[in-house]
Amino acid sequence: MSAGREAAKKIGPRDWSGHPPYLYLPYRSTEFRAPSKPLVPLARAISELTAPVFGESSVGALDNDLTRNAVKNGAALGERITVSGRILEESGRPVRGALVEIWQANAAGRYVHVNDRHDAPLDPNFHGAGRCLTGANGEYRFTTIRPGAYPWKNHANAWRPAHIHFSLFGNAFAARLVTQMYFPGDPLHDLDPVLHCVRSAAARQRLVARFSMEKTQPERALGFEFDIVLRGPQATPLES
Amino acid sequence: MPQQTPSQTVGPFFAIALTPEDYGFQPIAGCELTAGDTPGERMRIEGRVLDGRGEPVADALLDLWQADCAGRYPRVPGGGGRAFTGFGRCATDAAGKFRFLTVKPGRVEASQAPHAVLAVFARGLPGHLFTRIYFSDEPGNATDPVLSGVDAARRETLIAQRRDTPDGAVYRFDIRLQGGAETVFFDA
Repeated sequence: MSAGREAAKKIGPRDWSGHPPYLYLPYRSTEFRAPSKPLVPLARAISELTAPVFGESSVGALDNDLTRNAVKNGAALGERITVSGRILEESGRPVRGALVEIWQANAAGRYVHVNDRHDAPLDPNFHGAGRCLTGANGEYRFTTIRPGAYPWKNHANAWRPAHIHFSLFGNAFAARLVTQMYFPGDPLHDLDPVLHCVRSAAARQRLVARFSMEKTQPERALGFEFDIVLRGPQATPLES
Repeated sequence: MPQQTPSQTVGPFFAIALTPEDYGFQPIAGCELTAGDTPGERMRIEGRVLDGRGEPVADALLDLWQADCAGRYPRVPGGGGRAFTGFGRCATDAAGKFRFLTVKPGRVEASQAPHAVLAVFARGLPGHLFTRIYFSDEPGNATDPVLSGVDAARRETLIAQRRDTPDGAVYRFDIRLQGGAETVFFDA
């Protein structure tokens, strides 16, 4: 039996009690982009159960330090933080060697992007993107700048809460995940239609990082912890 | 048991991380999957991403995953060189257009017709969409178990149409997110 077929028995379905529906009108951009027909079930097959692999050649030495990976003539501006955690499968098993990609606005709430027209300053020493591979226990760690909130055009006086975008590859293409991490205690959470696309309050809570004194580096950086759970085997298979 | 982390939209500003060539950074993967010595028939897959009004989606991101010409999924780490990894990434342009330069995948199992897998991300998509690209010149399409499981009236949305050009085979694959001719998306 091929590895793909073996895996086919093991990965569980997308958890639609936690994932957002495609259509959520308070987030206006969903109106003409949400599919109108139900998703077609697909027996999990080798194509969706395999996934691209990444290795040391995929990441550079400074890729996980956003305070240093774009420095031109000085230090990146803003509140230095670390964001660390583990990438796990639903069984609790760590995902080793997983590629984690992140991007974010700078401390003033501005992205390095040609279409970001927010009237806030760019920081020449911060571009707001990083990547790393998880270690043997699924652990990852970034050093970065705490992003600012920013206005957007979704509705009158709309503001996105501070967040960091995450993109993840697990052991199966079907486990692919793109999400956003939020910061604890932000009053904008209750007003944000993007966060509220996730309809379950308990599931929204899984997108909010924890402040950690233990991870906070004295004299240097506040620590935030954010674990991510990807689709995977739901039970330990029996060895045959 | 831990519960799945919910998906969130990729948003409009992912380029600096996911397709950073225009900003002077090395991407983990791009729209060209082939190196000079990659075996197999060269092809281009091109098309547009359109919304429910037929308007181009100018800020979509496509992740492509496919087998090599022998039907094997590579285990080659991405980002480091020019080897064929089976993985490609492309952002749509202002007209909603994308293209991948790759090789025709082989059959991954005897019962399956050659295909590639695509994940579609965009602003306005709180979760990504999975679809598959099949190829119009493949006789195996008629018996492919996944295609056969799709309503016949919608099956064509999964089949890229081949045309031969002086530059080689070009397959046209438009992605319609919503509406009458909506592409089939899978709960993969």
